[in-house]
Formats: sequence, structure tokens, C-alpha cells
Amino acid sequence: MTVLMQAHDVVRHYKVGGGLFGTPGTVKAVDGVSFSLLAGKTLAVVGESGCGKSTLARVATLLEPPTAGELTIDGAATAGVDADTRRKLRLSVQMVFQNPYGSLNPRKTVGATLMEPLEINQRGDAAARAQAAREMMAQVGLRDDQWGRYPHMFSGGQRQRIAIARALMLNPRVVVADEPVSALDVSIQAQVLNLLMDLQERLGLAYLFISHDLSVVRHIADEVMVMYCGRPVEQAAKADLFAQPRHPYTRMLLAATPSVDPARRQLQVSIKGELPSPLNPPPGCAFASRCAHATARCTAERPDPRPLDGHMVACHHAESIG
Amino acid sequence: MALLEIRNLAVEFATARGRFRAVDGVDMTVEAGEVLGVVGESGSGKSVSMLAAMGLIGWPGKVTADVLRFDGTDLLSVSPRQRRKLVGKDMAMIFQEPMTSLNPCYPVGWQIAEALRAHHAVPKERVQHRVIELLEQVGIPDPSRRAGNFPHQMSGGMNQRVMIAMAIACKPRLLIADEPTTALDVTIQKQILDLLVDLQRQHGMGLVLITHDMGVVAETAGRVQVMYAGQMVEQQATDGLFNTPRHPYTAALLDALPERAIGRHRLPTIPGTVPGIDDRPAGCLFSPRCKFATARCAAEAPVPQAGVRCHTPLDDAGAPR
Repeated sequence: MTVLMQAHDVVRHYKVGGGLFGTPGTVKAVDGVSFSLLAGKTLAVVGESGCGKSTLARVATLLEPPTAGELTIDGAATAGVDADTRRKLRLSVQMVFQNPYGSLNPRKTVGATLMEPLEINQRGDAAARAQAAREMMAQVGLRDDQWGRYPHMFSGGQRQRIAIARALMLNPRVVVADEPVSALDVSIQAQVLNLLMDLQERLGLAYLFISHDLSVVRHIADEVMVMYCGRPVEQAAKADLFAQPRHPYTRMLLAATPSVDPARRQLQVSIKGELPSPLNPPPGCAFASRCAHATARCTAERPDPRPLDGHMVACHHAESIG
Repeated sequence: MALLEIRNLAVEFATARGRFRAVDGVDMTVEAGEVLGVVGESGSGKSVSMLAAMGLIGWPGKVTADVLRFDGTDLLSVSPRQRRKLVGKDMAMIFQEPMTSLNPCYPVGWQIAEALRAHHAVPKERVQHRVIELLEQVGIPDPSRRAGNFPHQMSGGMNQRVMIAMAIACKPRLLIADEPTTALDVTIQKQILDLLVDLQRQHGMGLVLITHDMGVVAETAGRVQVMYAGQMVEQQATDGLFNTPRHPYTAALLDALPERAIGRHRLPTIPGTVPGIDDRPAGCLFSPRCKFATARCAAEAPVPQAGVRCHTPLDDAGAPR
């Protein structure tokens, strides 16, 4: 299967603060993430707010260069290339944003919104662009008579369809979706998830699907990466991860997700504390302060991801607690 | 006697395009020591019906009801002065989105103290002590320092806890929580829900939990009411609702949950959208989207019977009767 995007030990740090007399700090927003995106497959990135999911999305869409590490798109390196090449590379990765109320221009009609990416990249003449936009509307289930309507005339689900259509106008190979359904109601969410899966099947897209909702991830993903404080703590095929989570944080997330199935409500864990600040992460395992299994080794030595039964787990005690 | 009793509540808003009924014919009873879940999609009237009960609907909204009683006090005829004595003390509300509900110009401790001062809940010199006690109770570490923080200095989960501390400051007998965990991460959500249920058990409070998250309701509520387009379409005990939903809307909503569709490639969806102000159907409001709708459904609005607002409620196997 074709690897469309590969990240190797990608790091993104931000310098912050300092001011006149203060000491500047470094926020380690993403700190050593590796993954491969395959054509027609979905990699879901899960984690709480502040864990670096969205920064990862910004790096993957080439909006920001990684501070260190390597990112290749379709085998081509993205670091150290000239602006023109980078622009070309960018075309193959497009993004769908979380909030369709904020990500669409309220003063542009659906048609104009969909044609804009083509205009910017000087694809075809006006007639061809309109033709392509109309075809895309049909693909995502928008009616032809909605061409001249403005975003405010649509419901949230319809708007997300427009946003998805816009992302697909340049025929990307990879789509980065940052919480695409979390602003939507359940019945609408189902429609958008179905659409995303249909499009993936039809166009062979690779999805980097960012979400905090494990039940959605469980439905759409092929592979899941759980992030905590900028670092991946567990990465595995969906079935393995949900059947046998290896990292205590993954277990905590699964236990905290409310379930409509009374049988699955047995898993009772008490949850304490909040995410540590990424500005000043603890020296050992970032999760140690909230972990029931933490030992002296956890607070002193940072665990690196290592393979275990087909999972990649960053925990010193993964064997004994799994 | 029920703590909160609502019969045939309606809330109308005068709009440029005519009057719009945001809430229509809602009945609700909340007993002391009970957790009632109210679920529905956005725009279904969950929040508005509860704001009406709290007396927080202002012009151009208009609230009517046959009965709207809190612990024997008629909330429709009560004087504004009396209502102010009641609201925030005996009946309190946790609002959605703590970041916008808190005042950015005052420290959170001051804002909690405001509720205590307004209701003379504790002697003046004890107010500060009680504030710190409350912050501790809702699980905020280092409460004496945190009381001096402004909302922007705290995380979303912390601010939500401040909202809860404020609501329970005067030990209310009825607590209405409007999407208390919607903006929060699952681990924080779990903490907040555990906290609310703990408080509810400790004080024997009545708790109304408004949410759109079916999982949250399944885990916390004892009884559930489902709302659709301003109407209450079904009410049942939680287990019954999730095992044998009677209203086609409830059934379709549960089917659309990704959690219930494991192994299936496509999720079942509900076609169409919630009717807006202009396209309310004549009969049952759900009939245009209902797969069991008959000619009768399109023509005649059903009245609630045995907790279900449907002409052909579903049987145990999920088929219309």
C-alpha cells in the first residue's frame, strides 16, 4: 500500500515569554511523533486539549515547519525545499476545520467558496472551475440549486459538507481533519462521518483524523495514536487499542468516556489532576503525576515508545499492568 | 410534593417573521434526590425551558404554563422580589460555557462570595472562609490562592468548577446543570459529573442535567426526557429508554451513535433537519423525518400518552404498534 505521508520523530517547539528581563521558555507542543499515513486509511490522533493534536495538524499541513525531525509527503522531503516546491507539496495535503460556522467566509456563496482554491492556483478557465465545483457539490451531497447560497443559509452539517468539498477541490491525497464532527449534533455527526468514509473509499484518501471523542474514533479509524503532553503514549491498530489498551492513560481515557452501554460502565476509575503545563513538563513520564501505577522510576526517567504486542507504548510498566 | 412541577410550559418569542414557539407543551416533575436527564439536539428547547423555570426569559420572550411550581411556590405569580430570594438560593443553575458566564473583571472568589452575600447565607465574617471551603469541595487545589485568580488565569475545567461552587454556595434544593461538561475533555468531564452526583447524593438535591450527550445521561440520570423541536417526545427511566425506546426519534438518535454501530461500516442517519421557524409541519413535528410516519402523523399532532408523544409508539422489538 502506498505511504502518502511519513513523519519521523517530528518535533515542534515554540519559544515563549522572556520579555525584557524574564527568562524565555520553550513550549514543547509536539515532541517526537512518528507515523505513516497510508492511502485509503485513517490515522486517528486522540488526546485532551493541550496535548499537541492541533499543532501536529499544522505541521502535517506544512503551515509550520517542524523544529526537528523529518516529514515526507509521497516520498518527497519537505525540509530544505524552496518555496515553489513547498507550495506544490502543500496542494496534496488539505484541511477540514473543527467549526464550520467559523471556517467558511460568510460573504462568499458556496460556488465561490469552492472555486476559490482553483482560482488561487490558476487551474483551468472560469467555465472549467465552475464545472469542477458543481461536480464536487454532487460528490458531497449538496444540491445544484444551493450553488448561490451563503453559509448562513445552511445547517451545521451542511456547512461541514461545504468545508469538506472545499478541502477536496485540489484533489489532495491527504486530508487532515481537526475535530470535524465535534461541533455537530449526533444525527448530523453520523451523516458527516458517513460522507467522510464514502469519500475515502471513492478517492483513496488518507485521513489524519484528530478527535477527542473515542466513540467516533472507534468508528472511523484504522490506526489510533494517543497523545499526552506532546508525545505519543500509545499507538496501535484500532481493534488492538480498544481491546487491550496498554498505557494507563489510554485506559483512563477509555474509562472516562461515557457509554450508553451499561455493561461497559463497569470500568470505574477515579481520575485525578489535570494536564501538566507543556511549558514546564516534569522530567520523567509526563503522566506520572496522575498515574495509579507510577513508581520512582516514572518520575525520574522518561519512557520512550517501544513495541509491545503490536502496540507502540511509552510506559515503563506496560507489561505488568496490561 | 414534587420539588419542581411544570405542566404545559410554552415559551414564545416574537420575531420579525411572527411568533416562534421555542418550547411547546413541556411537562416535567423533579423530586428531591432525583437526577433527571434532559436530552435533545441543539435548538430543541432544553435550555430555554429551564431558563423559563428559573424566570430568566426576558423580552421578547413570553412564558406561559398551566402549572409552574417550585416546592409549592407558584413561579408564575411570584413577585420579582420573592423570586430573587428563591433563585440562586433554593434553585440554582450551572450555565453553559463558563468562560463567557463568569465576569472577567472580578476574581472568582469574589464572584462566589457575591451569591453568599446576596442571600445572607453566612455571616459576613464567615464569607471568605465559606468561599475557600466551596472551592475545596469542588476539587480545586490550593483554594485560598485560587480564590484570588481571575477567570482567564484558570483552565476551562477549573472555571466550570467555579460555576458549580457558585451554584451550590447556598445549598440549593434544586440544581439545574445546563451542559455542564460540553466544552471539557473527557477526563475532566468525568471528574465534574462524579462531583455533581456526589453533591446531589450528599444534600439530597434534585438535579436536572441538560445535555446532548447520550453517554452522559446513561451514566448519571435515573430518568430521561427527550426533547425535539421544543416538545418533549419521550420520557422514561434511563434503562428503559436505552433498551426499549418508544418514540421513533429516540430510537433513531440512539441508532446514530457511533458506539452502537461497532462493526457496521455506515451509521444509520436521520434524514433531513430539525424544522425551523418557517417549516414546521402541521402534524407531528418529527413526521417528515420519521421512517414510520403515516398520513395521520402528517395531519394530526399527537398528544403525549404514557410518556410518549407519538401515534404509533414502538414496541419492544422496535416496530411501530
